[in-house]
Amino acid sequence: MIFAILVLSGAGGEIAISYAMKQIGEVHCFTPRALFAVFKRAVRLSWLWVGVALIGTGFFSMLMLLSWENVSFVVPSTALSYAVGALGAKFFLGETVNNIRWIGVLLVCIGVALVWLG
Amino acid sequence: MSALKVSQMKTYVLLVVMIFFGSLGDVLLSKGMKQIGEISGWSPSALAGVGAKTIMNGTIWLGVISLLTFFVSYLLVLSWADYSFVSPASSMSYAIVPVLGYLMLDEVLSPLRWMGVGLIFLGVLLVSRTPHSTTVKEEACVPQ
Repeated sequence: MIFAILVLSGAGGEIAISYAMKQIGEVHCFTPRALFAVFKRAVRLSWLWVGVALIGTGFFSMLMLLSWENVSFVVPSTALSYAVGALGAKFFLGETVNNIRWIGVLLVCIGVALVWLG
Repeated sequence: MSALKVSQMKTYVLLVVMIFFGSLGDVLLSKGMKQIGEISGWSPSALAGVGAKTIMNGTIWLGVISLLTFFVSYLLVLSWADYSFVSPASSMSYAIVPVLGYLMLDEVLSPLRWMGVGLIFLGVLLVSRTPHSTTVKEEACVPQ
């Protein structure tokens, strides 16, 4: 149960944050002043807070799991959210996911499953 | 250097920062939580005790600072790069974390787990061969 919350809130939160940052647009300047200006714009976007809330939920679920399982088990298991994330990026963010990228995502998922089962 | 090359270089530099601090943060948090011990009860006083011990733990704080660095780089890279590019590329940390667990926490990795680490490397290599941004970008540079 905690594991399901961890995966779903992780992927959903990252997609919401990605949507918010795309509204801001590409950051070109990395001076502290410019980064602060980007930060001020970002915190006014409600999708950023939706994402932060979902990722926060995932984070505390992970802290709980980490207190009774090994890091080399818990952390790789959360990577199931990559499959959900790639689908979300295609359908919610309108990104082009070509065949090579799908194969890459698939290999990452198999790799994660093996790390998990191993 | 072309704008595309600059953009690609920015993506890779921030991905390296993300992968390094993300992995380090997870391992430090795990180490900190192990120092605190297993959560035995769910009563408010037991949870408050765990919360107090967590806040007092220096390793946890180092982990949180590492994860904050990860998060800022993550926000910046997502302002131009595809989520479906950044997300699998950052999965490199899922290959690095077991290796760090093996090296720093003396956790045992089976051959199957090592194979998984190899497949993740291969998957990330393939994703890195695809265009890092496929959606329309807007200018976000604030005039100085």
